[in-house]
Amino acid sequence: MTSLIILFCVALLVVVTIQVSKISELASKIRGGEDRYLKENDRTAKGLVVFMVGFLVLTIVSAYYYKNYMLGYGPHESASEHGGSIDFMFNITLIATGIVFVITQVALFWLAYVAREKKGRRALYISHDNKLEMIWTAAPAVVMTFLVVSGLIAWNDIMADVKEGEDYIEIEATGYQFGWEVRYPGPDGLLGKKDFRLISATNSLGQDWSDPKNHDDMKVDEIVLPVGKKVRVRITSKDVLHNFYLPHFRVKMDAVPGMPTYFVFTPSKTTAEYRESLRNYAEYQVPADADDPTGEQLWESFNYELACAELCGSGHYSMRRLVRIVSESEYEDWLSQQTSFYESTIKEEAGDDALEEDITEDADDTMDSE
Amino acid sequence: MSNITTYDEEKLIEEQGFDDHFHDHHHGDKYQSNFVTTYIFSMDHKMIAKQFLITGIFWAFIGAAMSIIFRLQLGFPEENYAWLKPLLGKWITLNSSGVGSLAPEFYYALVTMHGTILVFFVLTAGLSGTFSNLLIPLQVGARDMASPLLNMLSYWFFFLAGVVMFSSLFVSTGPFSGGWTAYPPLSALPQASSGSGAGMTLWLISLVFFVVSVLLGGINYITTVLNLRTKGMTLWRMPLTIWAFLITAVIGLLSFPVLVSGFLLLIFDRSLGTSFYLSEIFIGGQALDYVGGSPVLYQHLFWFLGHPEVYIIILPAMGIVSEVLSVHARKPIFGYKAMVFSILAIAFLSFIVWAHHMFMSGVNPFISNFFVLFTLIIAVPSAVKVFNWIATLYGGNIRFNSAMLFAIGFVSMFISGGLTGIFLGNSTIDIQMHDTYFVVAHFHIVMGVAAFFGMFAGIYHWYPKMFGRFMNEKIGKLHFWGTLIGSYAVFWPMHYIGIAGVPRRYYQFDTFEAFSHFGAMNAFITIAAIVVFALQILFIVNFFYSIWKGKKMTNKNPYGATTLEWTTPIEATHGNWPGKIPTVHRWAYDYSKNDEGADYVSQIQPLKEGEEEH
Repeated sequence: MTSLIILFCVALLVVVTIQVSKISELASKIRGGEDRYLKENDRTAKGLVVFMVGFLVLTIVSAYYYKNYMLGYGPHESASEHGGSIDFMFNITLIATGIVFVITQVALFWLAYVAREKKGRRALYISHDNKLEMIWTAAPAVVMTFLVVSGLIAWNDIMADVKEGEDYIEIEATGYQFGWEVRYPGPDGLLGKKDFRLISATNSLGQDWSDPKNHDDMKVDEIVLPVGKKVRVRITSKDVLHNFYLPHFRVKMDAVPGMPTYFVFTPSKTTAEYRESLRNYAEYQVPADADDPTGEQLWESFNYELACAELCGSGHYSMRRLVRIVSESEYEDWLSQQTSFYESTIKEEAGDDALEEDITEDADDTMDSE
Repeated sequence: MSNITTYDEEKLIEEQGFDDHFHDHHHGDKYQSNFVTTYIFSMDHKMIAKQFLITGIFWAFIGAAMSIIFRLQLGFPEENYAWLKPLLGKWITLNSSGVGSLAPEFYYALVTMHGTILVFFVLTAGLSGTFSNLLIPLQVGARDMASPLLNMLSYWFFFLAGVVMFSSLFVSTGPFSGGWTAYPPLSALPQASSGSGAGMTLWLISLVFFVVSVLLGGINYITTVLNLRTKGMTLWRMPLTIWAFLITAVIGLLSFPVLVSGFLLLIFDRSLGTSFYLSEIFIGGQALDYVGGSPVLYQHLFWFLGHPEVYIIILPAMGIVSEVLSVHARKPIFGYKAMVFSILAIAFLSFIVWAHHMFMSGVNPFISNFFVLFTLIIAVPSAVKVFNWIATLYGGNIRFNSAMLFAIGFVSMFISGGLTGIFLGNSTIDIQMHDTYFVVAHFHIVMGVAAFFGMFAGIYHWYPKMFGRFMNEKIGKLHFWGTLIGSYAVFWPMHYIGIAGVPRRYYQFDTFEAFSHFGAMNAFITIAAIVVFALQILFIVNFFYSIWKGKKMTNKNPYGATTLEWTTPIEATHGNWPGKIPTVHRWAYDYSKNDEGADYVSQIQPLKEGEEEH
């Protein structure tokens, strides 16, 4: 019933608009064409200028209002070392495009207003101006060169893989519909081989138990990493494309079935430090749970999050994992409490000692095992 | 509009025109002899243009309505949507207390269909199909397309594609829901998503038909422009619309076949068990047999079309806007040759930038260096175009009618959306921005709204040519102001959401603390979207109402335009000109060249003695 009434109202509105505009068009015809037309034309031209002013004011004011969500202005400073250069690139691009934006929008609407039709006026016959055109071809080219060069320097720096002999932690994140499995390499620092054909109810990643590097690998619920230490995340997928996305760390990389990808980054702020920095902002000084006004505030309950950023099916929006950045010693503590999946689950079931070998023997094998 | 006086154009055409004996061969007009050949299986390019346009409007309505439903979900996720159950059936799930909510699968199906429909059916077929068909023969001085039969088939393949796509909305597993880019393995495996079953099969069939339509049309456009120009119509005298349509058709002809090849391999993977795109997949409790393929290969093939596609959408709009700005500013387009060269530059570059959609998809980061470079070079010809449009306004004598307003709105949108491309094209910034709402804001403004503005400018401008009547100006202006303000209200705030890191294609945002800060803003966007949608309904009403009741066209050149389409009779029949074909003596932009008399010189006017061509 309600929808019928709404439909009726819409239809009525349409009829009214048509009738009114028809009448006003008839009326303007009666009241004499040209003067009226020019007046109307003037009004529309003024409207464009009013729009331009309102539009520019609103864009600038709203940008200022939301500055706390902009990269590098408010609480959302990058929590990784490379993130700063992304935020820097964002900001110089923002300045460059911001200036062009204001100038061109003003020129567009203002010149249109100035050149509105007037009685007896004739437009200028200007077909081109080579000098002017050279200038406005060269100017964007220069700006672009600057942005390309500085962007690419940052890009190659950020995307560089770890070098040989470098000290880093390698972990593995595997996307599936709909969640993430995270694997740590254990004391040997190396991730064991896996094969999708070995995946079963007891072996969700398809780890190959004949590879001794697998024996100390640990599966964890929460990604815990030490601050200031380089991390190489190996990103894989079991089924469809996913994307390993850590918004606070400016990390994003597709998880591709059949082709491991990686992203190297260094966390620069512990979870505790990040919470402290959020504390200064009003929008984080509210209860985390609206039903519990005396409980934890938003900044206190803050956690780094891992999300999926590549459409992967109906549960795409729910692939959440928590990330915790801690000090080196806390990390060591946490690590020592984790047990290898093989030790805790597989070994007893299999009861096969033959699988056990000295895990350090194959340690010279490099990081990739697929 | 005081400066318009009509030349005795019939006399001119009779004296100067070229007699191709067209009417000797077409007694009784075999093309339009009965209802079916006139309105349905018509081979007349003007009728086919109207068919494309009206079909495009139908699809635009469907696509926009879909966006309203998923915007409701995003803006008001807690609301009770049981009232949508009569329309959506099982896709609205009721909980125990009778509160209905939109099923996530169907949310994704709506998003996917919205993208597919708008990109292909509305902004490719509806825009380029309509105006290439209408304007190419009329503006180059041809009787019709080079092959009217292929032209008719082009429309009917599009129609067939539409029928198949429409039917996919009703299959029990739902329409395809893996995003308009249809990345495998999600699109290849029915186990991964219910929409990847029958819905995806229909989606693929539909788009293959669609590509056939585009290719038939494209071959025709190119042939017509190159071979059927009238005497005197050199390439450098063509209006920019024709340049834009020509280059658009060339891009389409080179890139759409690559899409089909990509789809073909996907069909093989889906149906024949090949492994072009699939490897090492464990899904639904089972390890699949596929080994050795790469999903990234599909992305290369897809974006080799996908990126040129955005220029297939925007170039016709640019051409239309150049023409409309020039006519209503009563000035020559500024820097005609620069405009043509920038179209050519954009077209060339469009083929070597595709991987900028794939910076974060696992391709070698080294490769990205080249794609960043080429991508950001596109900013240069684009900037030249914008500056030239603005310079065209300078010193004009502008009529602010609906067509002109939408053309100005186009430039504003193109600036706003183009500038954010500079962020995304830079791979460094793309690490954070990729697949966030910033991308959604960027491409909706620059190729969605801007292309629509170009299309509206074209519709309002050439409506009299199509239907012999004008659309209502009052409603047109209301439509313009509402759409301009409303579109910015919808898409501008999305930049902020994106910069804050919120990913696109999320069914809801409260799963994550980081993404849950924008509830009020999302509600605002939804309301703005509904308002804009309502205004488009007003446009549709105005469009159809004016076909029968609009103000009649009394002068065959109502705008005082120089181009050839305005030398045809008001009710142009098949063959366009009743007698000889006019010949062309000058370029298309002689506005306000003389200090006296009319403020335009038609292309059919011979140069006066001692007069220099621009």
